[in-house]
Amino acid sequence: MSRILKAIPLVLVLAALCSAQDLSSFEKRVTVKKLPNGLTAVVCQRPDTAPVFSFFTNVDAGSVQDPMGKTGLAHMFEHMAFKGTDTIGTKNYAAEKVALQKVEDAYAAYIHERDKRVGRDDQKLKELQTAWQNAVKEAQQYVIPNQFGEIIERNGGEGMNAFTANDQTAYFYSFPVNRLELWAYLESARYSHPVFREFYKERNVVIEERRMRTDSNPIGRLLEQFVEEAFAAHPYHRPGIGYISDLNSFSATDAQHFFDTYYIPSNMVVAVVGDIDPAQTMAVIEKYFGAIPSRDKPDERTTTEPPQNSERRVILSEASQPVYLEGYHRPDYRDKDDAVYDALGDLLSEGRTSRLYRALVRDKKIASEAEGGTGYPGVKYPHIFYFFALPMPGHKPEEVGDAIHAEIDRLKKEDISDEELKMVKTRAKANLIRSLDSNEGLAQNLAVYQTLYGDWRELFRSVDRIDAVTKADIRRVASQVFVPTNRTVGVIENVPAASGGAQ
Amino acid sequence: MTTSAITKLSCFAALIVALTPGLAAQEPWTKIPVPQLPAFHPQEPKRIALPNGMIIFLQEDHELPTIDGTARIRGGARSEPTAKVGLTGLYSEVWRTGGTKAETGDQLDDFLEIRAAKVETGANDDSTTISLSCLKDNFNDVFKIFSELLRSPEFREEKLDLAKREAFDTISRRNDDISQIAHREAIKLAYGANNPYARTPEYATISAVTRQDLVDWRRNYVHPNDIIVGIVGDFDSAQMESTLRKAFGDWQKGPAAKAPEIRFEPAKPGYYLIKKKDVNQSNVRLIGLGTTRNNPDYYPIEVFNEVFTGGFASRLVQSLRTAQGLAYSVGGGIGTRFDHPGIEQFALGTKSNTTVESIQGLYAQIDELKSKPITDAEITRAKDSILNAFVFNFDTPDKVLRERMAYEFYGYPPDFLERYRVGIEKVTTADVARIIPKYVHKDQLAVLVVGNPADFDKPLSSLGSVKDIDITIPPPPAQMGEAAAPTGKQP
Repeated sequence: MSRILKAIPLVLVLAALCSAQDLSSFEKRVTVKKLPNGLTAVVCQRPDTAPVFSFFTNVDAGSVQDPMGKTGLAHMFEHMAFKGTDTIGTKNYAAEKVALQKVEDAYAAYIHERDKRVGRDDQKLKELQTAWQNAVKEAQQYVIPNQFGEIIERNGGEGMNAFTANDQTAYFYSFPVNRLELWAYLESARYSHPVFREFYKERNVVIEERRMRTDSNPIGRLLEQFVEEAFAAHPYHRPGIGYISDLNSFSATDAQHFFDTYYIPSNMVVAVVGDIDPAQTMAVIEKYFGAIPSRDKPDERTTTEPPQNSERRVILSEASQPVYLEGYHRPDYRDKDDAVYDALGDLLSEGRTSRLYRALVRDKKIASEAEGGTGYPGVKYPHIFYFFALPMPGHKPEEVGDAIHAEIDRLKKEDISDEELKMVKTRAKANLIRSLDSNEGLAQNLAVYQTLYGDWRELFRSVDRIDAVTKADIRRVASQVFVPTNRTVGVIENVPAASGGAQ
Repeated sequence: MTTSAITKLSCFAALIVALTPGLAAQEPWTKIPVPQLPAFHPQEPKRIALPNGMIIFLQEDHELPTIDGTARIRGGARSEPTAKVGLTGLYSEVWRTGGTKAETGDQLDDFLEIRAAKVETGANDDSTTISLSCLKDNFNDVFKIFSELLRSPEFREEKLDLAKREAFDTISRRNDDISQIAHREAIKLAYGANNPYARTPEYATISAVTRQDLVDWRRNYVHPNDIIVGIVGDFDSAQMESTLRKAFGDWQKGPAAKAPEIRFEPAKPGYYLIKKKDVNQSNVRLIGLGTTRNNPDYYPIEVFNEVFTGGFASRLVQSLRTAQGLAYSVGGGIGTRFDHPGIEQFALGTKSNTTVESIQGLYAQIDELKSKPITDAEITRAKDSILNAFVFNFDTPDKVLRERMAYEFYGYPPDFLERYRVGIEKVTTADVARIIPKYVHKDQLAVLVVGNPADFDKPLSSLGSVKDIDITIPPPPAQMGEAAAPTGKQP
């Protein structure tokens, strides 16, 4: 039942329930400190576990902050954060710095000529392109490629990765505990002294990532079109991976500007979890991360998505098999009904007792998978509650759409059962407990909750909110939100191979 | 070796210190002290052999009030009859959804979900599995379902019908995504299209499966002497042992499971093309046959893989991704499995008009293994990476349990992980140099390309003769009942 989870990168805000005793036992093991520069550190000790730790750096800026005409920039910076510093990855930084500036100057000249609407000189353009490429080669001689990642790998780094979402950018891996100080050095250096080397080659890598995730994948193509249709004004409508023209235009200077604006300590939470000494860990974090210069908070205003007043549809004719997706606008995660949406998602999707599995898969036998959920394509701003189904062979997307609407009508007209409500609440509690069993998962949850609520304890308290959800809440929210004028539908229709498909 | 566990690790701490020095002194990060790693002796699960041959591992872990368990039963998809490929997939679905003699699967769903508990079943190449996951307060109720499903499943017909429809849907969608196509077809090229590890279910083979086949499968394969059980979580081992003895002790022994004879017939070297019009990226894979983990060459192979394809510092990532910007996804290696050869594979995804350039780029890297032999520094880097991350093979009680179960299943020594550490430590540059010509032959690899040849930089035929692979999905047989005859067009 999980194909959709792979297809739609949800930022899951876990809803969970736990007794005060569990929270208080956690409170004894969690230390939070806001450093003078504004960065927040969360340290959680798991005594008597293996001598390892995981960390999660959560930056409270993501693709939503991509400037107009520069989509994909937040993600591009994430790639640059593996390129090293003024010390790591260079043979001679003084010379490299000069060479990198030449690359930027040459690139700016090339783009200026390339984008002239009138009077572009193709001969000159070619020369400028060659000059830029020569400058790139010149700068390359100073580079020790991938040295940053190599240091982490050879010291036993495990699960080294990062991701960029609409709401956040995150960096994480695990180390043996004897590398704690080495970790603090490496992780803080990446934000205090980043160097944007090998930018234009890495941009090609990112373009391949776009081809893989979006252009060459039918569900990737559908999701890109779907959010563009669902959001008219808010930046959630843009692809985080970036439009191809933007990817072929933005510069290392743009990435530097993005970094200077958004990678400020007050936008960052660093969580560390493992068999570590809390005081010693906090001291190491203060020593290294405290040195990141503090800067003013940027203006982060965005357009608020205006109310939708008519149904919208995108239909993709593809050589691939049919897919049905629909979504409804809902308020952001701070809304008083946030837990009701979580409960709805659980009720509709979790396990073989879920409403959509039973109706569409088990009884009507018209879909092979069906689920609904919240948090797409982010949570910080008003976003989408979605319904997704894969029609069985011989069944049309409209048929599964009708069946989903019948389930929505049931939610509006009848109370859910006592058993269903109990299932939702019990699962919330169990999910929370299960989320506490790994360093990696815990570091992520602590960092994300600390970022979103200013208090990691909300991870535990969100459970009380789920526990307070009533049958009437479910009916009320379903009636308010799941209405045709608030709906965007995205469909893949199967057409014979010869005429279908994107280019 | 992806996940693992351990037995004797007393000298592990000393090892870490011994491996770290060697970086140039002026680099600031080398001045940061790396203290000795605290001694760590992961807890071993308790192994119990029942008189009827069932093997049980119990691993206490009291951090959270949960209990998880798995039973792994010998016999899987590789043993299916050719005319019924997909049988174990259907079996493992209906095993759970079809319920027990006493209760339907739907009733079990209700019972479990209100306790936030799961009992699930699955199948893979060589085994079927049933697992449970619950809060400890519900263990007795959940375990009862687990053991009843293990001993008296009902395989209700209506759930077989549903499972078949779902299988038809999966077949209909299998050509929608190029990475899925490339993954599937690479196995066929490495092992042979009709090899039991490479076969894929078809409409006809799914249609051919009856409820009696599921009942027969169970009768033939599910015997206590062919089952390994592992339980991890917040319980008392003595009490758990008596629970399991009571549940399974009276179960009569059956015949020992036999592993089928399997032949591996890699495809002839050359170029294999699968045309896909709706993509702008090609999935490129150089494919051959790998080896097994009990091969003495396993350790140099692991170090070679780390040098050649493992992570940022590896040759393939450094050249094709970082230096040339040809790919986002690049990797592979000489694959190994416990009981049959893995797949050797060097793969990447690249835009259509650098397809041939990328194949040549992969070739160039293989050639460079001769012209620029792997250096001592590369070997040291690779060994450091493997050995310093070694603790992550056994850093949770659950991982230790799973690793021990795997060794038991495949007849590997229980201290295999410790042997692995020692084996890696001993690998020299000369060892790696010796195994490369033994396993990596550019001219013997099959080259699979899934992509849109209209946009390739050069025709694939400029490299050699090309064989087109037709992945058209064979239509369902005419006599297939109204049970979900698929109609959608197959690309």
